[in-house]
Amino acid sequence: MKNIKTHGTSIEWSNVLEMVHESRIDSVGLNERVNSLATRSIKKDSKLEALNMIVSMCDLTTLEGEDTEGKISQMVAKAIKPNPLDNSVPSVAAVCVYPSLVHIAKEKVQHSNVKVAAVSSYFPSGQVPMESKLLDTKYAIDSGADEIDIVINRKAFLEGDYRKVYDEIVALKEVCQDVHLKTILEVGDLKTYENIRKASLISLAAGSDFIKTSTGKLSVGSSRHACYVMLKSVLDFESKIGIKAGIKVAGGIRDAKDAIRYLVMINEEMGSDWLSPELFRFGASSLLDDVLKQIKKLKTGAYQAGYYFPRG
Amino acid sequence: MIDWQYSESIESPDIVSIKKKYTNYIGGKFVEPKSKKYINTISPSTEELLSKVPLSNEKDINSAVKSAKEGLEVWSKLTPNQRSRYLFKIARLIQERSREFAVLESLDGGKPIKESRDFDLPQVAANFFYFAGWADKLDLSWATKSLKPYGVVGQIIPWNFPLLMLAWKIAPALATGNTVVLKPAETTPLTALLFAEICEQAGLPPGVVNIVTGDGSTGSLIVNHKDINKIAFTGSTQVGKLIQKSLAGRDVGLTLELGGKAANIVYEDAAIDQAVEGVVNGIFFNQGHVCCAGSRLLLQESIHDEFVKKLEKRMQSLRVGNPLDKNTDIGAINSKEQLDKITGLVNEGVEDGGELFQTECELPGNGFWFRPTLFTNVQPSYSIAREEIFGPVLTTLTFRTPEEAVEIANNTEYGLSAGVWTEKGSKILWTADRLEAGVVWANTFNKFDPSSPFGGYKESGFGREGGRHGLLSYLKASS
Repeated sequence: MKNIKTHGTSIEWSNVLEMVHESRIDSVGLNERVNSLATRSIKKDSKLEALNMIVSMCDLTTLEGEDTEGKISQMVAKAIKPNPLDNSVPSVAAVCVYPSLVHIAKEKVQHSNVKVAAVSSYFPSGQVPMESKLLDTKYAIDSGADEIDIVINRKAFLEGDYRKVYDEIVALKEVCQDVHLKTILEVGDLKTYENIRKASLISLAAGSDFIKTSTGKLSVGSSRHACYVMLKSVLDFESKIGIKAGIKVAGGIRDAKDAIRYLVMINEEMGSDWLSPELFRFGASSLLDDVLKQIKKLKTGAYQAGYYFPRG
Repeated sequence: MIDWQYSESIESPDIVSIKKKYTNYIGGKFVEPKSKKYINTISPSTEELLSKVPLSNEKDINSAVKSAKEGLEVWSKLTPNQRSRYLFKIARLIQERSREFAVLESLDGGKPIKESRDFDLPQVAANFFYFAGWADKLDLSWATKSLKPYGVVGQIIPWNFPLLMLAWKIAPALATGNTVVLKPAETTPLTALLFAEICEQAGLPPGVVNIVTGDGSTGSLIVNHKDINKIAFTGSTQVGKLIQKSLAGRDVGLTLELGGKAANIVYEDAAIDQAVEGVVNGIFFNQGHVCCAGSRLLLQESIHDEFVKKLEKRMQSLRVGNPLDKNTDIGAINSKEQLDKITGLVNEGVEDGGELFQTECELPGNGFWFRPTLFTNVQPSYSIAREEIFGPVLTTLTFRTPEEAVEIANNTEYGLSAGVWTEKGSKILWTADRLEAGVVWANTFNKFDPSSPFGGYKESGFGREGGRHGLLSYLKASS
């Protein structure tokens, strides 16, 4: 995977406001479209292709208080070689960890293509002063993070202070410079499609390279419906501003079938440009094992027990 | 970057066994046509011969009407509750055999399996369930007990939704105590003949449902038969007018569901992405072979360019091909004749000065196919803006104000359906009030429910099908 380019430019606030005010979404029609895309029947070669794509788009993630050096080492090894018995299975895109563990992950990925992503800005709540968010992010970057996943200020967003949400992302992007910035909207907190669209456009305009659905720390994680709102925002942003941004879906995507449905949606709505880890990612921990099992099933006709696949 | 192509995912045709030759279904029996003549029915997606069905003549129709009259003796003496039970049984049997019906519908008619499976068949069963529920509650339907069934009803149905149109016709007719002689369309007779097996399986008394196949001449024999008490026809306005002429001066009931040229009005304050989806669904559903298709897109000038750009992009993702592939969005055009008609009108549109956009998709070698097509820069005087194309062809017109939108929408001889797209509720009501159309959809299109009456204004016909109003089409005031 080639190095990800960051666009690094933010859009004038007045233009942002104009876009945000055009957020009209009909939820009945949206649900109908998303549900109808879920009826695509992906079989045989196209399924294998999809499964390999999913692996290559995974941000293998552990974000727990109990994470240790040992746990990170295990996960990185799995990220580089998801299935040691099948070399045709690609590496994942990145591993995603807390800032204090970045240096360990960075040391372990060494010569592989796997990137190290860190969640920062006081993930998952983001309820700290801006100075702390900047410090958190700077620490992760200084430790060698290739990618930074931040959370938007939902407090400010729900209070209607869109300008604050935007300013914070702009400031964090300044710290990031060329480091790839993914902005988490936490769609489970935003609830409505209009909110998701507004937050998407604000984040994109503030210079995010990716927008991301969720932290994975709420009971409501990603959904194909939220992803659809986000992808339409990304497309409208591209058509107005001329910048292609990416999408990361995370939180609650546990099986290959669901992941394939996301790919179908990306394929039919956005086109093949987005079928790449440079513009689409899955944040996941348990998804990878199901995908590996499905690949095995397609190749051999048999399901294998979990213990055939190495622990991550 | 990967160009990800979906592998074929074919619904197996083995589930349905198609006979080499079919017979009529008259008086509860499968009988050879007295005409001794047959017509071919082919698969429009391959042009391969599927089967032969009777080309029924006068003797066949006489015998069908006679048996419907005899059937009426039995059917009218049953209690409403008994009639209701037969209809419930038919509904359940259709559900049980729905995959078989769906595959046959796609083979014979060319529509994508995802539509026959997810739209046609569920709707067919729902219609029988719905009218089964009315059969023993007719006294509650209108505040009078003086409504009586017509008796023997002749029903002539089109090729776009063969089994669903059969359900729309047969379910309310039987629920209200009539018996029927039904003729399916010449190009799509097979699911109606499979339905005859359901009638047999349900133990329906002989003569209550009679199914005869044939062409236009057969239909005309039914219309002109002296013992028919009512005709229900769905099809072209041209044929509808002929039927009405034939019945003039005779004591025969008539309902007509004819053509359409529906306006789909998109205001600038609509949810644009969902409006694009609705417009696509409105015209490309069932290859555009839909009488209520949203074939005229009326765009407010301020959003024209953005909307057309999004629409063209969305059209490009439509998958045209084998109707049995589960990923096919647009199947085959129903017949050579229809393909020629669509092609002719599209050529006329180009000559008139319309700007043509067609998607770049590969079309199969055999069979009848037409690319999803969009016309922009069209004036209301062009034939593509006035005539029913009945294919995957959308014509775009523009307007400046709501008043102008309504004026253009109503500037047609048809009046079957219309669509309004805006997030403003008051604008929906203002517009719907002024549209001369039997159905007005708001922020959606092509939605059906057995409980909702369907039918037209002006040259789109008269009478309603579905809902409580649909019962009236099969009941008349008795003195």
